[in-house]
Amino acid sequence: MEFAELIKTPRVDGVVLHRPFMPTVEGTLCLTGHHLILSSRQDNTEELWLLHSNIDSMEKRFVGSVGSIIVKCKDLRVIQLDIPGMEECLNIASSIEALSTLDSVSLMYPFFYRPMFEVIEDGWNSYLPQDAFKELESMTDEWRLSKVNKDFTVCPSYPPVVAVPKNIDDDTLKKVGAFRHGGRFPVLSYYHKKNGMVMMRAGQPLTGTNGRRCKEDEKLINATLRPGKRGYIIDTRTINVAQQAKARGGGFESEGNYPQWRRIHKAIDRYNVLQESLIKLVEACNDQSHSMDRWLSKLEASNWQTHIKEILTTACLAAQCIDREGASVLVHGTEGTDSTLQVSSLAQIILDPGCRTIKGFQGLVEREWLQAGHPFQQRCAQSAYSNSKPRQEAPAFLLFLDCVWQVLRQFPCSFEFNESFLVLLFEHAYASQFGTFLGSCAADRARLSLPEKTVSLWSWVNRPQELERLTNPLYEANSLVIWPSVAPQSLLLWEGLFLRWNRSSKCLDEAYDEMVHIIEYNKELQNKVNSLRRQLAQLETEDPLLDTP
Amino acid sequence: MEHIRTPKVEQVRLVDRFSNKSTNGTLYLTATHLIFVEGSSNNSASAGQEIWILHHHIASVEKQSLTTTGCPLVIQCRNFRVVHFVVQRERDCHDVYSSLLRLLRPVYYEELYAFSYNPKQNDQQREEGWQLIDLGAEFERMGVPNDQWQHTDVNRDYKVCETYPRDLYVPITASKPIIVGSSKFRSKGRFPVLTYFYQEKKAAVCRCSQPLSGFSARCLEDESMLQAISKANHNSHFVYVMDTRPKLNALANRAAGKGYENEDNYSNIRFQFVGIENIHVMRASLQKLLEVIGARSLTMSDYLVGLESSGWLRHIKAIVDAAVFLTKAVTVEGASVLVHCSDGWDRTAQVCALGSLLMDPYYRTIKGLMVLIEKDWISFGHKFADRCDQLDGDPKEVSPIFTQFLECVWQLTEQFPHAFEYSEWFLLQIHEHVHSCQYGNFLGNNQRQREQLQLGERTHSLWDFLMSEKQNYLNPFYKPSYSEAHPVLEPSTLPYHFKFWRNMYHQFDRAMHPRQSILKTILTLKENSRKAESELQALETRLQKLGVTPIATSDPPAPPPTRDQRTNPLPPRPDSLILGAPINHKEVERREEEDEQDEVGVEATERTDTERTVEGSSGTESRKQSYGELEGTCNGELAKVEPAVVSLELGVARMTC
Repeated sequence: MEFAELIKTPRVDGVVLHRPFMPTVEGTLCLTGHHLILSSRQDNTEELWLLHSNIDSMEKRFVGSVGSIIVKCKDLRVIQLDIPGMEECLNIASSIEALSTLDSVSLMYPFFYRPMFEVIEDGWNSYLPQDAFKELESMTDEWRLSKVNKDFTVCPSYPPVVAVPKNIDDDTLKKVGAFRHGGRFPVLSYYHKKNGMVMMRAGQPLTGTNGRRCKEDEKLINATLRPGKRGYIIDTRTINVAQQAKARGGGFESEGNYPQWRRIHKAIDRYNVLQESLIKLVEACNDQSHSMDRWLSKLEASNWQTHIKEILTTACLAAQCIDREGASVLVHGTEGTDSTLQVSSLAQIILDPGCRTIKGFQGLVEREWLQAGHPFQQRCAQSAYSNSKPRQEAPAFLLFLDCVWQVLRQFPCSFEFNESFLVLLFEHAYASQFGTFLGSCAADRARLSLPEKTVSLWSWVNRPQELERLTNPLYEANSLVIWPSVAPQSLLLWEGLFLRWNRSSKCLDEAYDEMVHIIEYNKELQNKVNSLRRQLAQLETEDPLLDTP
Repeated sequence: MEHIRTPKVEQVRLVDRFSNKSTNGTLYLTATHLIFVEGSSNNSASAGQEIWILHHHIASVEKQSLTTTGCPLVIQCRNFRVVHFVVQRERDCHDVYSSLLRLLRPVYYEELYAFSYNPKQNDQQREEGWQLIDLGAEFERMGVPNDQWQHTDVNRDYKVCETYPRDLYVPITASKPIIVGSSKFRSKGRFPVLTYFYQEKKAAVCRCSQPLSGFSARCLEDESMLQAISKANHNSHFVYVMDTRPKLNALANRAAGKGYENEDNYSNIRFQFVGIENIHVMRASLQKLLEVIGARSLTMSDYLVGLESSGWLRHIKAIVDAAVFLTKAVTVEGASVLVHCSDGWDRTAQVCALGSLLMDPYYRTIKGLMVLIEKDWISFGHKFADRCDQLDGDPKEVSPIFTQFLECVWQLTEQFPHAFEYSEWFLLQIHEHVHSCQYGNFLGNNQRQREQLQLGERTHSLWDFLMSEKQNYLNPFYKPSYSEAHPVLEPSTLPYHFKFWRNMYHQFDRAMHPRQSILKTILTLKENSRKAESELQALETRLQKLGVTPIATSDPPAPPPTRDQRTNPLPPRPDSLILGAPINHKEVERREEEDEQDEVGVEATERTDTERTVEGSSGTESRKQSYGELEGTCNGELAKVEPAVVSLELGVARMTC
């Protein structure tokens, strides 16, 4: 297909762009296969470059012969374009409509994008499972890398290599795979160096109504327990939901078959509920009415903050089991691709200082979200403004980022990255020139040859100029476990994301700059003091007489 | 001392109000404080945690029914501290209870702490302390008196209005008969007077109480008074009259012979209702808010619903909205504004003070805020004694009006983090002392009463004390240049800009706060920079003396735009302010112990010449218990079916023992 077929009017002059908290810009609007571009043709005026895939929905309005297109983006921004001429406006609108809803992945921009920067380190190779396993091997010899899934036959959503207990062979894994939802047999998610406890994740066991059991499954997870020790299974569903799952062939681990495990049920909601929540929250944030009661009741009705609290509490519980109880943990929900990953990744943020660095966090997203098979393709297909009926969309990843932000707010000196990094990941998960978030699992990525045909987000991020922007100036390595407060009073609305386009950030930015300035000034001073001290010390050793002042 | 029956009770348990964590210790009752000292239960030599509660801070004491472990005693403080003791013997509990009941309701001013508090100052120092804030100088700073506004001594003996100060400013055309006539037509004699003068537009902010207009009464002198205010401003041919009450309340007042200005009688006014609720609504609102946030295992939904139904943020927004209206009228339209409510000492004080703070960067400095509070609150007769319940009085007179003002300021600091010289700590400390009755400033209801009490001679001034530890309250992000460029603040009052002030209402609930404080970190860095600057200088001098050119001095770092080059180091933060404040000895030690156990060599790798403590992290006993507790309560009904839940709870309980 040629993009040109979809573009009836590639250029319109005299278009006026309206954006909140910014002056209007008049210029020429151009449509390309992947971008909507507005150029004022003046050197110092900012231009608009908008990916079609970032457009969530669009509205048309006509006043006289001037048509307006209101573009609502997946990054939650809303802009308005006033286009002179009815026909031009309609043409532009229908082109945007068509170009922003292309079905085929291979037509997406990442396949056409060529980097304008020098790739120092190819992000596609930065976080390979093999490398992560080497690190694990230095700590323990109880685990091995299995290639049982090398053809994606045992579990279509798992990567080709996974870490499993050493004494469990591949045949056992295949049997366990058949007993777990989506073939997602329990795999290692996190090894807690301090006490050797582990976190595993899986899909739900397919016990069904007649209580099917699988000895291999029991053997696999029991293999992670120390003699005489118990473990915890954290089921992210309520007991009722888990019971109901039996009727559809799913279920949970019964006490009888898993006597060494204690099961805890939590209540993290499923994807359609979460998507609904996001839509309501964003609607509340865009409500410009001045009623306090209306705002608070809408915020409450969105349930967003409730989800945050529930997810964070569950993650804390998992971390508590590992670090405080000294027990191993298995986390699962239904598929094991959403709430499970939220919990397992957040628990690592709490427990593992390594995950709080920029690279460490990239590794975490790569391991626990991308390679673990969170279906980004489906979950992030539409955002909060979409008019189309939601299918499998859900802001599971955004909720995770929000939870990380909450912890970052409570431990502002313990993270190497700042809020901008989290916002950046949100944006790229929904629309990006990079291939990182394309596809839904490792199999997809291999099928689409993403590493060969697209550029990795990490290649772009891990360059000095980008890293500088994303680095938290307050960071000072904190090797401890960080326990956040999950009281409602301690959890805040993520203004930097949800109110990003609804408030002027000028004052906050200036205060941030002031903070950076104070920190840099301090560093500079300390350096000078140190070099003078050295100079003096050197003089003193050269001439011992100087020693006596 | 005669009220104290049992000065010391041993074996008292202090229970955390959100988790079930408790500590044992001894309770002491002194003439001024209730003190809890944690017993050194384990044989470590560490000093126990201490909690000092000033009797005046106690809002209520409740003795609950006897349980198997003892007799619970719940104490609620005006600074929002809530402590829950369990006393073993009921008799002891009753003694403490009845002593406190008597102690926390003093009958005479002389019983207040301010009259016995002695910070080891001589008379001269004390006098100087009281002279720190000079309102005459403040009006001069605004450019008053001038060709349109004059000082009047009509109230020099508090004869015209006993709740106003002696020194007042009125338009030059307002003669004495006009003033006296107007005062007779205004509730409590509070006639229109100047409180802030906006020099740039020569526009005035005036304040008064409601007119005694009833259904039809009018007063020519009062009309002349408003005429005079209008004439004093050549920029505008009318005066805004802001009635800060909801219209319904104002209407109701007409039946009592009071009411509001009839636009037909005042040719030159524009009348406007603002709709801030009265003291009773505010009191009930705060009560509701505290109930909501005091609940254990609070769900997000209950929290947000409770926040909404308490109406607290709605009221805060109404005050800010009113102040924004006032500011726009004065700074944009250049019109003068007359603000009143019923008696003109609650809502009027809130709106005038907050409006001035939006208009004038001076009030966003430490000294400026003191001046503002002294002017619009203390001198104009906000009834601190009644509103803060200093003496045993009418509970219907108590209301968090001043707390709301401080909160409004805090909400603004959130929107303009670099426009204020002071940080949140300053606001919290002022709030603390408005209720502590430790200093004389806020005692009594008006200036006349304060003079009668001879507070200047018998008590000390809070402003002097706060000024002496000014560096504690500095906002490191403050940029005076911003205020020069933007003297008038234009806050957005969209609802989402108003947030729950956790650091005020949960000030003493440590577990809820961020474990690392940006404010504290940056303050420490600034302090370090200051030290490094002087060390750098010393090193350079020494090298130069040795005849060597210092290598690093080729371009000395540009000093940051700091305005305060204090030489004394940061003194320890007041104990009451826990935000980023040094944690108490016990906790520090425990934390250090754990750090050592957990991470050998942290200290060595982290080359911290700063005194930074990584707060929180591993050593948060209450934290981990709270997840366990949540677990227990969320799945309470499942506990029977699912033994797992119970076992985890037990596990947690065992761990924390």
